[in-house]
Amino acid sequence: MRAGHALEALGAISFRELRKFMQQRSRLLSALVRPLLWLVVFAAGFRNVFGVAVIEPYSSFIEYQVYVAPGLLGMICLFNGIQSSLAMVYDREMGMMRLLLTAPLPRAWLLASKLVAGTLLSLVQCYAFLIVCALFGVDLPWIGWLYALPALLLGGLMLGALGLLLSVYIKQIENFASTMNFVIFPMFFMSSALYPLWKLKESGAEWLYWVASVNPFTHMVELTRFAMYEQLNITSLAVVAGSATVFFVWAAYGYDPQRGMLKKRAQA
Amino acid sequence: MTSPAANTLPQTLEVRDAVKSYGDVKALQGVSMTIAPGQFMALLGPNGAGKSTLFQLLSGLFVPDAGAISICGEDFLNKPTVGLAKIGVVFQQPTLDLDLSVTGNMRFHASLHGLGRAGRARIAPLLAQVGLAGSEDKICRTLSGGNRRKVELARALLHQPALLLMDEATVGLDPQSRTTLMALVKGLCRDQGLSVLWATHLVNEAEQADRVYVLHRGKQLIEGTPEGVTAASGCATLEEAFLKMTVPPPGVPGAGGKPTEKSA
Repeated sequence: MRAGHALEALGAISFRELRKFMQQRSRLLSALVRPLLWLVVFAAGFRNVFGVAVIEPYSSFIEYQVYVAPGLLGMICLFNGIQSSLAMVYDREMGMMRLLLTAPLPRAWLLASKLVAGTLLSLVQCYAFLIVCALFGVDLPWIGWLYALPALLLGGLMLGALGLLLSVYIKQIENFASTMNFVIFPMFFMSSALYPLWKLKESGAEWLYWVASVNPFTHMVELTRFAMYEQLNITSLAVVAGSATVFFVWAAYGYDPQRGMLKKRAQA
Repeated sequence: MTSPAANTLPQTLEVRDAVKSYGDVKALQGVSMTIAPGQFMALLGPNGAGKSTLFQLLSGLFVPDAGAISICGEDFLNKPTVGLAKIGVVFQQPTLDLDLSVTGNMRFHASLHGLGRAGRARIAPLLAQVGLAGSEDKICRTLSGGNRRKVELARALLHQPALLLMDEATVGLDPQSRTTLMALVKGLCRDQGLSVLWATHLVNEAEQADRVYVLHRGKQLIEGTPEGVTAASGCATLEEAFLKMTVPPPGVPGAGGKPTEKSA
């Protein structure tokens, strides 16, 4: 694999995804409206229900909107990661995937290129949402926009890799709805995205607390939350990086023609 | 893999005893095939004969359970990227990005193959060669089925492959487009020494090939020139020969459908 060739392919795949995304205005819109609804409606309703105490990384009492913003950034990456996997399944059914896989590059690199391309889309949506947050007067530190970038990048890669992994096992597009139910919603709700984990513990939902503490999505959100305040959450970094690696290696294994799951079924 | 014949070029494609099963279904049961440089080989077989499976192996999508494949003398199974650089594929299913222009599709392919500036410079002449001069900037969605196939052919040739795989590429095309496509590919064989494997279930397409390979139920029935195959079966035409060879054996109801390839 020549480096120049590998980068040229990565660029082309990323550019193609971005172009497709930009052509679908409705997709950007829905990617923004979804977290916005949470921010405006949900946060407004819960502002007074949750008194968010001073917890790390915050140095003072904060508004609920400020608390929930990193969680909603995570939600954007989660939805986009899963949506990219839907696109993979679609490409596979339509034959586009076969074209991609006949490129003279290692398959893992082609998958990694897809992953990077999808993650770029996540980042575009995240920053669009941060602009919306600023317009709505959510008080996030400006420097946090910069510090959050590596956290969002890594988190986006992790969730995109999860999407890749799911695309190995989702056989048809029709199964996407159940993926939503069994992956997106549990991951989102059993995490620290909407409420601090101690709230769960306090309310006696001990098992939920434990599930949420090991949920990689929690750590992606916390990594972002801490990064926004110029702090590094080492535990979260380790969990997110570890999960991203495991998901990707597992997915690459699934796509491997020698061993993977795809081998077991015929494709016309 | 070294060939004992030292003074000959390596064969463009060599498949030896390829076996592929999906679960209990034996899609290919020991298929061997050789294509020489510049040779046009028609792969003829009824639906479900294993043509698609063979193409999936040759395009690197899957690997055979047993057997060997080499492309231009290079072991394809151990070094798939070397082989893939020498193969151009036109898939049965359309694989153009319909929202992209003709040139846009070509450039995407050029990047996937790492062709750089030299590759991009070949796009316009190639499109002209397949008869699409003036359509470079058209969005693929606006093209007819025949012209979309021509774009896919030009795209498959962009990285200057030694072997062109046409996987039932004429399915769904009108007779005129079929004829044009066949003439184009035959010209490439003759003038540029391109080797071609052209899968079809249409006998009249196979008649135009240098050699015919009849695949049935995952096995080779016969391989030879169209005339040779016809003569060997004792029939007057290749069509009769093909029908005679692939007739369902008595006692197998509905055979000749798609029993081998997909377990439904």
